[in-house]
Amino acid sequence: MKTIPQSNQAPETGTFFTRDRNWHPPAFAPGYKSTVFRAPQKPLIAFPNTLSETTGPAFGHDMLGLLDHDLIHNFARAGESAIGERIIVHGKVLDERGKPVPNALVEIWQANAGGRYRHKKEGYIAPLDPNFGGCGRVITDADGHYAFRTIRPGPYPWPNGPNDWRPAHIHLSIFGTGFVQRLITQLYFEGDPLIPRCPILNTIADEKAVAQLVAHLDMDNSEPMDSLAYRFDIVLRGRRSTPFENRMEGN
Amino acid sequence: MLKETPSQTAGPYVHIGLTPNFAEITGIFPEDAGKTLVNDKTPGERIVIEGRIIDGQGGVIKDAVVEIWQADHLGLYNSPYEPRGHADSNFTGWGRCATDMQTGEYRFETIKPGRVPFADGRIQAPHANLWIVARGINIGLQTRLYFSDEAEANAEDPVLSRIEHRARADTLIARRAGDAYTFDIYLQGENETVFFDI
Ligand SMILES: [Fe+2]
Repeated sequence: MKTIPQSNQAPETGTFFTRDRNWHPPAFAPGYKSTVFRAPQKPLIAFPNTLSETTGPAFGHDMLGLLDHDLIHNFARAGESAIGERIIVHGKVLDERGKPVPNALVEIWQANAGGRYRHKKEGYIAPLDPNFGGCGRVITDADGHYAFRTIRPGPYPWPNGPNDWRPAHIHLSIFGTGFVQRLITQLYFEGDPLIPRCPILNTIADEKAVAQLVAHLDMDNSEPMDSLAYRFDIVLRGRRSTPFENRMEGN
Repeated sequence: MLKETPSQTAGPYVHIGLTPNFAEITGIFPEDAGKTLVNDKTPGERIVIEGRIIDGQGGVIKDAVVEIWQADHLGLYNSPYEPRGHADSNFTGWGRCATDMQTGEYRFETIKPGRVPFADGRIQAPHANLWIVARGINIGLQTRLYFSDEAEANAEDPVLSRIEHRARADTLIARRAGDAYTFDIYLQGENETVFFDI
């Protein structure tokens, strides 16, 4: 095994700010029953970021198809479209320092307008929409902006408590520039009365953190006679400022 | 400072978003992202990494997605944030695999990674970084896989030596049989895998 010679000034810089785990939901949260046998019970072990943590895969815009961002059409038959309230979901991917994150891959998935997922293991009685697949992806532009076209998903019941329903939500997966920024979350819709009743959202302790997962109606970016818009900004972990990082920006 | 967006579980239908072709949603993306790490020209020792994820009741998890991130055969990451040079262009370094809906197995065809320095300049043992999401996992689990045939490097690895109980460090060692390494991940119990806060 050959190893890379290392200079004595090897840049171990641009490490990430420590994750505030009290802001995130805890692994073990019995109100959401599935966590009970899946939450690690031993303490997590910390160590300083190395290149294994500060590097991460990069994705090129050339991987995207023309309709990857458009869930209304990317599974639909020619000339047809998915059923439901047409919406635009857009926002910026930022880091904790407020800097836009360009070239971030954002993948989404969701139920159809009736609250039904296109998945083998899904048994809800609401029908599939033959024109709706339920997934899409985009890569943020130079300003960190992303935008999807989709339909507003329906709420759905799920086996947890005797009568638990998920608020309407869209699942999001986001890549930053380092592998430890990797994040999966869910976006909810402003004003949904199911939000305060959701056992999954309620695993989050701080109501300000819950509020961060709510997308807001954005009339200014809606398209008259076509689609309403919802704004949802995403914040990834930030890197500590270092000379090395400045050099990276010059690349 | 802004606060990081809170994590939420990937839920039971994570495949729709991360591996739609695996979930039989075809025609949207030509191929699931992260399906292959290597091609015919990738240098390095070809290996397979495979395993299962086991819950606190001893059940195999069949609805998880595992991502791998590793250096190339010389220890370079295929990332714009790799300051030491360019990784081999025939190795992506990143893979994604859904656990099989029947057997619960995940599997990566990859190469043995080279060594990467630690924060203080010591050299880490060869390892791959794993990230696991599933229903019931509120925030993605971060762990590392080391190789059973690298005992000498493992013994001096700065991360492994941070783990106080030797038996716990062993949970991070993938066992070699032929060209394949088996790495089973235990979410709870006596053999609970070490997970990191990094
Ligand atoms: Fe969902």
